[in-house]
Amino acid sequence: MSTPASAEERDAVPAETELLRFATAGSVDDGKSTLVGRLLHDSKSVLADQLEAVESASRNRGQEAPDLALLTDGLRAEREQGITIDVAYRYFATPRRRFVLADTPGHVQYTRNMVTGASTAELAVVLVDARNGVVEQTRRHAAVAALLRVPHVVLAVNKMDLVDYAEPVFASIAEEFTAYAASLGVPETTAVPISALEGDNVVVPSAHMDWYGGPTVLEHLETVRVDRDPSDDPARFPVQYVIRPQTAEHPDYRGYAGQVASGVLRTGQRVAVLPSGRTSTVAGIDVLGREVDEAWAPQSVTVRLEDELDVSRGDMIVPVEAAVSAVQDVEATVCHLHDEPLRPGDRVLLKHTTRTVKALVKQIPSRLTLDDLSPHPEPEALEANDIGRVVLRTSEPLPLDPYADSRRTGSFLLIDPADGTTRTAGMAGDPFAGAAGDTSPSVQRDDDGWDF
Amino acid sequence: MTTATTPLESSGPGAGGSGYALTHLEALESEAVHIFREVAGEFERPVILFSGGKDSIVMLHLALKAFRPAAVPFGLLHVDTGHNFPEVLEYRDRTVARHGLRLHVASVQEYLDRGELKERPDGTRNPLQTRPLLDAIAQNRFDAVFGGGRRDEEKARAKERVFSLRDEFGGWDPRRQRPELWQLYNGRHAPGEHVRVFPLSNWTELDVWQYIAREGIELPAIYYAHEREVFARSGMWLAPGEWGGPKEGEPAERRRVRYRTVGDMSCTGAVDSDADTLDKVIAEIAASRLTERGATRADDKLSEAAMEDRKREGYF
Repeated sequence: MSTPASAEERDAVPAETELLRFATAGSVDDGKSTLVGRLLHDSKSVLADQLEAVESASRNRGQEAPDLALLTDGLRAEREQGITIDVAYRYFATPRRRFVLADTPGHVQYTRNMVTGASTAELAVVLVDARNGVVEQTRRHAAVAALLRVPHVVLAVNKMDLVDYAEPVFASIAEEFTAYAASLGVPETTAVPISALEGDNVVVPSAHMDWYGGPTVLEHLETVRVDRDPSDDPARFPVQYVIRPQTAEHPDYRGYAGQVASGVLRTGQRVAVLPSGRTSTVAGIDVLGREVDEAWAPQSVTVRLEDELDVSRGDMIVPVEAAVSAVQDVEATVCHLHDEPLRPGDRVLLKHTTRTVKALVKQIPSRLTLDDLSPHPEPEALEANDIGRVVLRTSEPLPLDPYADSRRTGSFLLIDPADGTTRTAGMAGDPFAGAAGDTSPSVQRDDDGWDF
Repeated sequence: MTTATTPLESSGPGAGGSGYALTHLEALESEAVHIFREVAGEFERPVILFSGGKDSIVMLHLALKAFRPAAVPFGLLHVDTGHNFPEVLEYRDRTVARHGLRLHVASVQEYLDRGELKERPDGTRNPLQTRPLLDAIAQNRFDAVFGGGRRDEEKARAKERVFSLRDEFGGWDPRRQRPELWQLYNGRHAPGEHVRVFPLSNWTELDVWQYIAREGIELPAIYYAHEREVFARSGMWLAPGEWGGPKEGEPAERRRVRYRTVGDMSCTGAVDSDADTLDKVIAEIAASRLTERGATRADDKLSEAAMEDRKREGYF
């Protein structure tokens, strides 16, 4: 029934590529929906039935041309209630890369939504209107990208058609933004002059801006180097689950299942199990059924140790020479997500990698204004969308890395113990790489017993 | 009836810029396995929704990989509309036997026989699945229910979480959904509530097919082009069967077709296709100008918000 595929058919089969997760930030007024719609449309990721639906909806609204912004239109509940619930995820692909786009709404709840979208993003596209340049909102978006340690930022200077495609307009905006982003510690910024409406430099190079020699937005997304070398990072392996078949075939097998959160893990490596601190040697690593000598972030693997130790979910396996001190006093920058404010004295659950412990909000030393990053000391509470500094005390020691060193093992959630609501997103350590001169460790070891 | 193709190039040290890159399929696989293991670590009674469709088959394959050499620590739940493709039921039973899995079946037909559900005028049973599904979840006290839903499938799914909280009525309230940051999934729920978990959230239809090819996963034969008697209704090719089609004035004809999705026979359409191998299917999907639901699902055409409404009521 089946026949071997011909050479032409094989060519038509897309090969495996890389995955790039990125986020967009900007308001409707900046043309964000149009930009996203154009990326999807011009990369031929919009299929005929979707386009037909958009054309018909556009006609119903009295528009002649299909409104590409409608491609990213949300739920009926949102349309009816005029609210934007959350991040929407879009998927598109070119022969070079597969993209997961976290499309975050630009208005009311922008901070928590952008924080959510940026948390997993390797790149953020910040949109500005060429007529307005860098405004307060632009600075906020840059600050969120910097805070979440998104390694690459693209500044899309939109509506170039409305400023006569003038190079000096673009150059001054790009310069101002790049300097600001650098001051926040953003390692790499790329600025692209575009017109999302006309399609200039989004997918296809513009015919109106000969003076620009850089990549289009899509070309940049396709080619930017996003893999950081994990061998530079300390290995971190939070144990998710203990695999013990206890079958005749595998009577004594004991494997620790998890995703490498950072760095490279190798067989033969001397490791410590945190928080107990007991040591052993990596006896073997399976990548989903394939025995390997080394595994790196973010591979899901199963690790076997030479010695029979008491290891369970919530423990973290680390190299003995690059261990992390487990702490109970935590200073962190947080984004408060929930409508119920966060206050000093609140009892919460703290979820860090695979471990959830009780915690107390001891202090909220400051709230940060994202426009100018000025601290407001001792706020009584953090409201939804507020960014602030918090001091927490946990019921058990946690192997928290500074978020600046490891997004995966430096991040945590605060959860309401009563109803399970996710209240707050936290990042251990100092907020901005370049902003603060203070390099003192923000988490201090403290072995004092402390109970609720 | 499946064809195992040469696995696509897998990366290893030396493949990417730093030597430690993952291909998109490896990244998606790792993410899905991580999700399965999180659920195994945090829930008491998880279950995998298994329809015999390609997405649920890929889910099961990932679960098998996530826990080996141990067995998958969950059972399967099939909501049986009574209008199944025989090839799919046969595949289901063979798979359950081969892996020694526990299968729960929630039968729409039994609800109809007891008079607890009424047949719809159009004969479609997809909307009737919600009640048996929710009852099965409640009776078995399942606290985590894996579904094969993907965010690329439909607008209402684009904002779905990986961990999607459902109230004691199985309902989905978009405003009670929790923000999901990093890879930290919050599965806390009150007694009687459960969490739907979508390990394939970030996969597209093409990714699923590429992964099936890479892993050499067997599928029910109806996914590949074959001769079949079909008739046209609402712009789709439906297969005649005990479910009631065709009506008068719906002449049947033999065509070469295949299925892009597998669901209730009354509302799952076949597409004209010569793709009788995996490579041909992948090439066809890559070139397709229609979404898989747009091409094959009558139930989503009911209204612009059809999926959103069914989700709110507790649908998959």
